[in-house]
Amino acid sequence: MSQVNRIEGGLIDRSKTLSFTFNGKAMQGHPGDTLASALLANGQTLVGRSFKYHRPRGIFTSGSEEPNALVQLRTGAHQEPNTRATVAELFDGLNATSQNHRGSLEFDMMAMTDFVSPFLSAGFYYKTFMWPKAFWEKFYEPVIRSSAGLGRLSMQEDPDIYDKGFLHCDLLVIGAGPAGLSAALAAGRSGARVILADEDFAPGGRLNAETLEVDGMAGADWATQAIDELSAMDNVRVMTRSTVYGAYDHGIYGVLERCTDHLASSNGKPRQILWRVYSKRAVLAAGATERPIAFGNNDRPGVMLAGAVRDYANRYGVTPGQQVAVFTNNDDGWRTAADLAAKGVQVSAIIDSRDAPAVCDVPGARHVRNAAVVDTVGRKGLKSVTLTDGQVIPVDCLAVSGGWNPNVHLTCHQRGRPTWDDDLSAFVPGGELPVGMAVAGAANGAMTLGAALQSGRDVANAQVKDLGFTASRKAAPKAEDEPRECAAFWHVKESKKRAWLDQQNDVTVKDVKLSHTEGYRSVELLKRYTTLGMATDQGKTANIPALAIMAECTGKTIPETGTTIFRPPYTPVPLGALGGRARGKDFRPYRLTPSHKWAEENGASFVTVGNWMRAEWYTRPGEKGWRDSVDREAKNTRESVGICDVTTLGKIDVKGKDAGEFLNKVYSNTFSTLAVGKVRYGLMLREDGICYDDGTTARMGENHYVMTTTTANAVLVFRRMEFARQCLWPDLDVHLISTTDGWAQFAVAGPNSRNLLRKVVDEEHDISNEAFPFMGCGEITVCGGMPARLFRISFSGELAFEIAVPARYGNSMMGVLNEAGKEFNVAPYGTEALGVMRIEKGHATANELNGQTTAHNIGLGKMVSQKKECIGNVLSQREELIRDDDIRLMGFHPVDRNEKLIAGSHFITKGEDAIMDNDQGWMTSVAFSPNLGHSVGLGFIKRGHERKGEIVRAVSPVHGKEIEVEIVSAHMIDPEGERLRA
Amino acid sequence: MEQQLWGCVRMRYSAFRVLREGLTGNKGWKAAWREPDPKPEYDIVIIGAGGHGLATAYYLAKEFGMRNIAVVEKGWLGSGNIGRNTTIIRSNYMLPGNEHFYEFSMKLWENLEQDTNYNSMVSQRSILNLFHTDGQRDAFVRRGNAMFLAGADAELADEAQLRRELPFLNFDNARFPIKGGLYQRRGGTARHDAVAWGYARGADSRGVDILQNCEVTGIDIEDGKVRGVQTARGPIRARKVAMCVAGSSGRVAAMAGMRLPIESHVLQAFVSEGLKPVLPGVITFGAGHFYVSQSDKGGLVFGGDIDGYNTYAQRGNLPVVEDVSEGGMAIMPMIGRARLLRSWGGVMDMSMDGSPFIDKTGIDGLYFNGGWCYGGFKATPASGYCYAHLLAKDEPHPVATEMRLDRFKRGHLIDEKGQGNQPNLH
Amino acid sequence: MIINHPLLGPRDAAEFIYLGDACLIDRPDWQAEDAAEQFYEYGYLRDNPAGEHQELWYHEQGDRSWLVVTRDTLSHKITKVELARDVAVARGRG
Repeated sequence: MSQVNRIEGGLIDRSKTLSFTFNGKAMQGHPGDTLASALLANGQTLVGRSFKYHRPRGIFTSGSEEPNALVQLRTGAHQEPNTRATVAELFDGLNATSQNHRGSLEFDMMAMTDFVSPFLSAGFYYKTFMWPKAFWEKFYEPVIRSSAGLGRLSMQEDPDIYDKGFLHCDLLVIGAGPAGLSAALAAGRSGARVILADEDFAPGGRLNAETLEVDGMAGADWATQAIDELSAMDNVRVMTRSTVYGAYDHGIYGVLERCTDHLASSNGKPRQILWRVYSKRAVLAAGATERPIAFGNNDRPGVMLAGAVRDYANRYGVTPGQQVAVFTNNDDGWRTAADLAAKGVQVSAIIDSRDAPAVCDVPGARHVRNAAVVDTVGRKGLKSVTLTDGQVIPVDCLAVSGGWNPNVHLTCHQRGRPTWDDDLSAFVPGGELPVGMAVAGAANGAMTLGAALQSGRDVANAQVKDLGFTASRKAAPKAEDEPRECAAFWHVKESKKRAWLDQQNDVTVKDVKLSHTEGYRSVELLKRYTTLGMATDQGKTANIPALAIMAECTGKTIPETGTTIFRPPYTPVPLGALGGRARGKDFRPYRLTPSHKWAEENGASFVTVGNWMRAEWYTRPGEKGWRDSVDREAKNTRESVGICDVTTLGKIDVKGKDAGEFLNKVYSNTFSTLAVGKVRYGLMLREDGICYDDGTTARMGENHYVMTTTTANAVLVFRRMEFARQCLWPDLDVHLISTTDGWAQFAVAGPNSRNLLRKVVDEEHDISNEAFPFMGCGEITVCGGMPARLFRISFSGELAFEIAVPARYGNSMMGVLNEAGKEFNVAPYGTEALGVMRIEKGHATANELNGQTTAHNIGLGKMVSQKKECIGNVLSQREELIRDDDIRLMGFHPVDRNEKLIAGSHFITKGEDAIMDNDQGWMTSVAFSPNLGHSVGLGFIKRGHERKGEIVRAVSPVHGKEIEVEIVSAHMIDPEGERLRA
Repeated sequence: MEQQLWGCVRMRYSAFRVLREGLTGNKGWKAAWREPDPKPEYDIVIIGAGGHGLATAYYLAKEFGMRNIAVVEKGWLGSGNIGRNTTIIRSNYMLPGNEHFYEFSMKLWENLEQDTNYNSMVSQRSILNLFHTDGQRDAFVRRGNAMFLAGADAELADEAQLRRELPFLNFDNARFPIKGGLYQRRGGTARHDAVAWGYARGADSRGVDILQNCEVTGIDIEDGKVRGVQTARGPIRARKVAMCVAGSSGRVAAMAGMRLPIESHVLQAFVSEGLKPVLPGVITFGAGHFYVSQSDKGGLVFGGDIDGYNTYAQRGNLPVVEDVSEGGMAIMPMIGRARLLRSWGGVMDMSMDGSPFIDKTGIDGLYFNGGWCYGGFKATPASGYCYAHLLAKDEPHPVATEMRLDRFKRGHLIDEKGQGNQPNLH
Repeated sequence: MIINHPLLGPRDAAEFIYLGDACLIDRPDWQAEDAAEQFYEYGYLRDNPAGEHQELWYHEQGDRSWLVVTRDTLSHKITKVELARDVAVARGRG
């Protein structure tokens, strides 16, 4: 196929030819083409199907506002749905297919919906599909769903990578059209740090689309020269292919840079970069978007915006048709006719809605005054247009201009509302703009070239002056102000046929009228009822005309009728880019324990605990499943000695002469009375009196405590203690530092733990039961002088110690301990065995301290002192929190010892129905106890402390299981605590 | 086809009507509701024509026979969070004060379209909560069993089942590996705007006046008794005034001199461009603060955490936009080439324990409904029904007895997440 | 958002953790006659204003300062940032 519509000129590089395919058809284009311009060059007018009626559609615009020309780009895992052909840069080997049709693009079986469209008016689905009741999910909805949607995902993982970055500047200039370039030049010359960002690959904006001159040279050449000047400035960063998609608080902007989308392959480089730009000031120079006029069958392939037709001719050297007519309500439309005619394209007629003389001379074109297009012919490509007076003009392209709307979107991202400008018949920025933003050029209603250039310079100068820079005295670039008279004209009332407003979502003038009739009159209701402006283009070309028609219906003015809210992003942003590198295993950081390497070398499996990776068990040869390993580790610890890395527990050094008093306030029990060299269990409440965290705190010296927290709460507890220190009791002399990462800590547990440690701890330290009793602590040395801390505390319920060494020695220490323990048959144990032993012993952890339980519930009500000031003690005494009949933490044994308990099962008193009103509590944690030889559980049950020995039902309907269990003490092993004092 | 009901014309919607109107140029459709002028006095004035307020009016008229009611609204009807949410319906709650209520709501959802004669597209396509650790599994088993005990449905799925049903989830390269999930098959989505419209139309046809652009500027209270409200369209007297304003609760309650156990926060929500069907139901990835479903139009509708600071601005900031998208990419990396189309923010009435209030206030005749956090949508039918019950009978509906304003004073917390009295953590 | 830290200068709000109304500094006297009532109000009731709001932010990814930020909840405009410790002392704590 040849480039039948390629004409002379343009900014494309004709010395190179690029091959691409559309629906498998081979086509050719040139560097500088977009997919849309290349498709037009190749005579491909039909490029897609609309959403609802599957109407044949062509290219409508030449920019990011495109509603129709959406294609599926690339193949395999790189397949990318809903790409606007108008902004997709052509590259060699590009592969595009059309979307949203069954059968071929030319013969879409779903197009039958168009023939029953009278029954599919706006909101029809709210009025039917309700009978029979069960049919919605089973029949109607699946049919609707399968025909809805546009492009397809590949269902494979996105193979590209995406980066994120941060940029800072004095002034962000958004848009590199005439106003933006003029603004960036002025600001750059002042010495301010400037970022100039533009969504296009070629800066210049409309300058590239027009034949206008700046400073006596072609506009596009001037733009190139301006970019050259800016690029040479050290204080200016020019970003092309970079869309400023959102304006956020305090001068922060989101920018998407497309790095490799114009290449056949990313070659391992990031496909896109999501920048967060921190600006002190911004100039919005986003230009304007042309709007169409609604008339019968105005959605046919070949009906285009006039500015886009001119863009294709001037910038890309392509004519969208061989025989073109222009339909306009303003002077600007005339320039399309003039530019095309100048390039030798046949312009048949200029249909002007105004009864006004010709704006300029267009050779060969008829000027039809005070007229409008009422209908068109040509289902898959325009053949002719019919005017209000009945005359039929054969054309294959109709260029329509209904005037231009300033691109106010970013001014409204913080919910500012634009104001109506009667002169322009358009909304312009108004009210409150985002902090630091000023608007220049067409985006601010300066619709002509000379005015835009001047406005860019002036606005930028004001902005940099405000920041303390000396504005450059250089005058703004000079250009003529082209004619721009415009007479509001929204739709052709004489049209009997459907007239489209939102082309992608198939919303017509009739739908807006129906919406009004049915009471959906607020703009937001209109939008929601008809789906107007909800398509991928967000109604950039549709919303204002629709608003005008609603205003007509209500008899109000357009500004009285309102405007919808502009929400970010300005144009759609790939989720891959927003996700960046935080995916797969890198979704969140990992933290490794000091002995991770040793554990890896010794058969450990790892489990995620918060951000940590902890050893869950160590598999030994011959062990068939995890239970074999866990049972062995738990049993071995109780019978001899085991070692577990417990570094992940939070460690906070509390120092200062008021350290004890401070701890009295953050713990529910007292710490100021703790003797130096002793450890105490501490319970922490939230201010609402609910259990927050627990752990042991050791007094290492008069003014020095070492606190431990649970793994999960390490960060939160520290934050809360800083709050208490800085905000509640700033008078206390106390300082906090987190040392979780500073010390590697190991539990050495079991009857042989002292014997083992004796071999490691330097001789001068006496760790006998007498010298170092249960709940003792001290600073010691190990392995011949290495500083360490020793705590005689026990989570397992055995004789046990925790030993801490500087973190960098952690991995070696793990090796040393295991080597020294060989003669005692020492075995490392993981989190699973740790869990087994703490359940056997009745120690509460996260499953029990889940933010819903009181000290009362876990049997520690007496630990909440009412004799001193501490966080949570007042509210902990509220009536419902200290009820006698409330739940208590208890142990549970299966009556049939072969049964396996289920965590999460609920307790029901025997003889009662399993319904919520009879719910007695739930099982929080279960384990197989190798020491007791059966399954054991912990759980909360109402009045548990009075019900020891009772048999209750533990029901788990989600498993379809029910087990009879006996209520026992939570301390299922060594209830008197003799072992840990041994 | 047209019923004369209390002076208002109601057109019955049906397939037949759609056909008939289609054949006659769609010229016979009538307004779905009137645009009346305010009367000087009503029995009950409901402040807020969001989902809950409209549902309250609907059930007051339909179930409790009260018709001299106005719903006053500062914007357009349905302009509150009913028009800006992620459309999820579910009753997968755990605690006694909540689960009966939400299951009652689910049962109302299941009959909503037939009840209101408006297709709100209630789609019970299932909701799945993924879990990633043994501890999370235990908590979800507890929850699933509680749902069963309350008469709801729940299904525990293991990893193998999820691999079969949702092969596109990230099973093999995940920071937080998927260990299973808890399904509620009866959960799903509904067309949020249509819910408001269905209730509005149903209430209007029974004589309720829906007064749009009628912002309340003051609440008239004399001798500890409410007398009416001041509005942008003049004063309106009322025997009872019912606040139902979600994110604006603090502002409206302040007019009555009340301080509430509520903070206003923004929750952002997101929708992608339209895509051919990829997701069967609602999927929730708790470890990554990401939940998603696909609308009937094809957009992926998703959300995550609240921004986390007090705000009345209906917009959010970038860190949460990126955080939510990271969650999405982590759990279903096949969405990388789909594009975010639109994001918006709704102001949430975040309560101190994450659970709501439907209660009288200390002022005679003044009632309060709020504290729905980011879960108000699914509650819409039950909230309306129970509020109507309270307003009509002056006693709480049996499934809403715990939703009292004084519960914090008593220490009766309904804290599903166990986060305590910090609203931005719920 | 950007918070202008009194010691460290402008920092992205994402470095901070938000707690809530700065009235949380005004913790009641535990020995007061009506301590239960006061703690209930302290723990649960909020002004929740639409407008200027003094609130607590913690610079967790920074110097661990608690700050009192005065910010408008309608516009997000920040007009004042203080060290919470200074505010606490000024309000008579310690």
